[in-house]
Amino acid sequence: MKLRSLILAASVAALSAATATAEPTKIGMITTLSGGGAGLGIDVRDGFLLALKMSGNSDVEMVIEDDQRKPDIAVQLADRMVQSDKVDILTGIIWSNLAMAVVPSVTAQGKFYLSPNAGPSVLAGKGCHANYFNVSWQNDAMSEAAGNAMSEEGIGKVFLMAPNYPAGKDMMAGFKRFYKGEVVDEVYTKLGQTDYAAEIAQIRASDADQVYFFLPGGMGISFMKQYSGSGVDTPVMGPAFSFDQGILQAVGAAALGVKNTSQWNKDIDNAANAEFVTAFQAEYDRLPSLYASQGFDTANLILSAMGKADVKDADAFRAALEAAEFDSVRGDFAFGPNHHPIQNVYMREVIQEGDVFTNKIIGVALTDHTDAYAADCKM
Amino acid sequence: MKRETMINALLALGLLAVPLWALIADEPFYITLATRVAIFALAGVGLNIAIGLGGLVSFGHAAFFGLGGYAMGVLASHAQSYTPMMEWPFLIEGSNSMPVIWITAVIASGLAALVIGALSLRTAGVYFIMITLAFGQMLYYFTISWPAYGGEDGLSIYIRNGFPGLNTLDPIQFFAITFVILGLALVFSTLLAKSPFGLALNAARQSSERVETIGITPYRLRLTAFVISGMITGLAGALFADLNRFVSPTMFSWQTSGEIMVFIILGGTARLFGPVAGAALFIALEQVLGGLSDYWHIYLGLLLLCVVLFARGGIIGTLAGEEARHD
Amino acid sequence: MSLILLIEQILNGLQFGVMLFLTAAGLTLVFGVMGLINLAHGSLFMVGAFAAATVAGATGSFVLALAASLAAAAAAGALVEILVIRRLYSRDHLDQVLATFALILIFSEGTRWLFGSFPLYLNIPDYLAGPVTLPGGIQYPLYRLTLIAIGLLVAFGLYLLISRTRLGIQIRAGESDREMIAALGVDISKLYTIVFALGAALAGFAGALVGAIQSVQVGMGEPVLILAFVVIVIGGIGSIKGALIGSLLVGLTDTLGGVLLPEFFKLFMDNASATSVGSSLSTMLIYILMAIVLVMKPTGLFGAKA
Repeated sequence: MKLRSLILAASVAALSAATATAEPTKIGMITTLSGGGAGLGIDVRDGFLLALKMSGNSDVEMVIEDDQRKPDIAVQLADRMVQSDKVDILTGIIWSNLAMAVVPSVTAQGKFYLSPNAGPSVLAGKGCHANYFNVSWQNDAMSEAAGNAMSEEGIGKVFLMAPNYPAGKDMMAGFKRFYKGEVVDEVYTKLGQTDYAAEIAQIRASDADQVYFFLPGGMGISFMKQYSGSGVDTPVMGPAFSFDQGILQAVGAAALGVKNTSQWNKDIDNAANAEFVTAFQAEYDRLPSLYASQGFDTANLILSAMGKADVKDADAFRAALEAAEFDSVRGDFAFGPNHHPIQNVYMREVIQEGDVFTNKIIGVALTDHTDAYAADCKM
Repeated sequence: MKRETMINALLALGLLAVPLWALIADEPFYITLATRVAIFALAGVGLNIAIGLGGLVSFGHAAFFGLGGYAMGVLASHAQSYTPMMEWPFLIEGSNSMPVIWITAVIASGLAALVIGALSLRTAGVYFIMITLAFGQMLYYFTISWPAYGGEDGLSIYIRNGFPGLNTLDPIQFFAITFVILGLALVFSTLLAKSPFGLALNAARQSSERVETIGITPYRLRLTAFVISGMITGLAGALFADLNRFVSPTMFSWQTSGEIMVFIILGGTARLFGPVAGAALFIALEQVLGGLSDYWHIYLGLLLLCVVLFARGGIIGTLAGEEARHD
Repeated sequence: MSLILLIEQILNGLQFGVMLFLTAAGLTLVFGVMGLINLAHGSLFMVGAFAAATVAGATGSFVLALAASLAAAAAAGALVEILVIRRLYSRDHLDQVLATFALILIFSEGTRWLFGSFPLYLNIPDYLAGPVTLPGGIQYPLYRLTLIAIGLLVAFGLYLLISRTRLGIQIRAGESDREMIAALGVDISKLYTIVFALGAALAGFAGALVGAIQSVQVGMGEPVLILAFVVIVIGGIGSIKGALIGSLLVGLTDTLGGVLLPEFFKLFMDNASATSVGSSLSTMLIYILMAIVLVMKPTGLFGAKA
């Protein structure tokens, strides 16, 4: 039962005066720690725990559980955390479909949920809730930024590709929302597909100037490796998920020079980020990923709100979260009316530092971006 | 009293005692866990009619489990948004009443079992295992890419559906519903096995030729068993969806078929209470081992392996210590 | 759609098919000779890919990596056969399913425990990188052409092994009558270990070859496993020839279906819904194919007995 009640007792009780609450704030984290998608969950967890450790705040009690990337397990864990562990705040879910399973019932039971990764459109629009905060991005954001950037660059014809499932369609819709040129073809592949030879042949046959694709995780690795060996030289672009720290080493040189959009990178110039990157490497001996940065920000947001209000006073605590007065590693960070971020989305490029592949920022793709669904949200 | 009967009685009592204790100790989560056991056991009871009684090893029962789930999801989501499911040729409204959902789930999965069974039963042995798997996978990919009901995201139902006279949101009352249904299914299963139909089916499993010589068509017997089996598993799917207030294509995945099968083998194939024992042990292991390490699947795998290798006949087979009914 | 594109897609389907064949051949051999359903076959595919990635990372040699994949998967296969699998031959299919399901759990999490949760790097060697121009002006990746050639060579090698060698005679004898060959003095348990290791080695080899153009990660074997089952069932369980034909059928159906179906629906639908309906249908296509084959021929295309 080591993980079950991971009580983080800080060595020095360096508490700010306002957090003099009697009971610790209980946070439940449901994330993917086993199976194929475990890398993302581990990063979110590690970033989150690092922020708690660095704060030295001993008023937080963590309950961490593995959802195995299965929606029914996630629902079951959420029920347990709310009913038995009596947590005040839930967080941690990586995947949109799991978030859709858990978030509505958790917020309906009066708990806070802070999303460190998934941002399905329903939860930003019609299904929004006063107790639901998204600390990462709405799913479409990075694709909207890419569409905008391509339009500004004057790219006239684009080839779109995504897996045939809701997040894939959301991404492509987001791209088209901001892209003004012509979409020459739009291909939806099987979820979990590993061979993209057929799609690459279609790209070769098309007269597109650029390819925009959303293939998270292993799908992106497979596509990039096959694409670079195919001799097709149409440039590609994608959201950060296929070019993140955790998988870049597996893609290798095939990804060099590829542009991708992201709300964070390790070279964003601010004190909080510099401290985070150094501390993360010192603690875990690897470069932080996008997911780690989101976990880190989520924890700091919670800590900042705890400094201002008691979590038992839901209205005050909600107002404290809405204020978002913490030093985000992304720089400026604020919540829109639907509790989704208003933030910059950057254009990054994959580079090599020594023998490590990583990203550097080459520009801003969208400034102070907010999502398209806020108008549908009635809180 | 036979030893197996005693074990069965103990299992039933245990499944009742845990949630009652949880109610008193104010640990509602354990009620939810017991409900989960009851529902998975029900799915297993359904599959056991095909596997244990009929000798039909279906690797595609997730199809019925998922259909039951989606019967609940589709009806309840229409009720939730006050939009009718169909306006032409006649009006069909959504529903959030459990009995209506159960009937729909049973009919839908029964019809699917009729079609899948009619085609699959032309084959036998490993081919049957694999063709049922293929039908399950077809439905899995269909639900993922079919956008109307959420695709891979699935469907969230915010409030558990209602049952006349009960507050289904109260964990113990919902548990009571599933427990009663499981009990009825077990009784039905016993009666079925002892009925002329069950005896003929069992005979057809052992020797198809012999049954044919006395003028019974094994194909029809098996198809009937397959349909009944699919209906019960479909009902379990509807309850499972209501437990989670959520449905998604993972209910159709081949891992789900595998898990339902694991419950049966773990508990003891063809044993009446096999699925109950199997589901209870599996979920208990998941709870206990999950807390031990990030790599708990290794321990789960090793344990399952030990059961197959050293505890032949599953838990009940080992405890009861007599020959299983299957050969 | 131009002819060149169509030919390219046919090549892609072929390449996908021959790689499936490497995995399916072992599965069908093991079933044919020992009567065992091995769900953990996909795990051996993964073992091969991880072994190759590790050795390629350490030595930089792709050839050594391939050798390592063969050796590691064969060793893992032999080990598993001796420790677990041989106790399952006399059991019914249900017990085999549960035991090998348990093996998947152990292999997957064991691999994650050893190698971590992030995908590994394995890439094609420089001398096989890039495209070549085929007659007719088709640009096609050299590596994929190599895969087709290797796959066909292995298929030919297997044919020779089974039709011309002593081991092959024993395998064929084992398929038709298990008790008989034991009575004839063949060391049956050694034969079984060899057959299982051979099947494992083929799967591991495929894992390494495919791993170079895919993501080497935990769980990579499971989609392949399901496809391999589809293949051997279509081809007829136990038949190597059936596995080859089945692989090519599945490879071509899957690849061409994904490309042609959306185009087909575009003839009488608007683009967006044609893409949507076409892609949905194409993901189900190979299972539809399998159901049709089994309904027409209940023991597969080349299956001997039920």
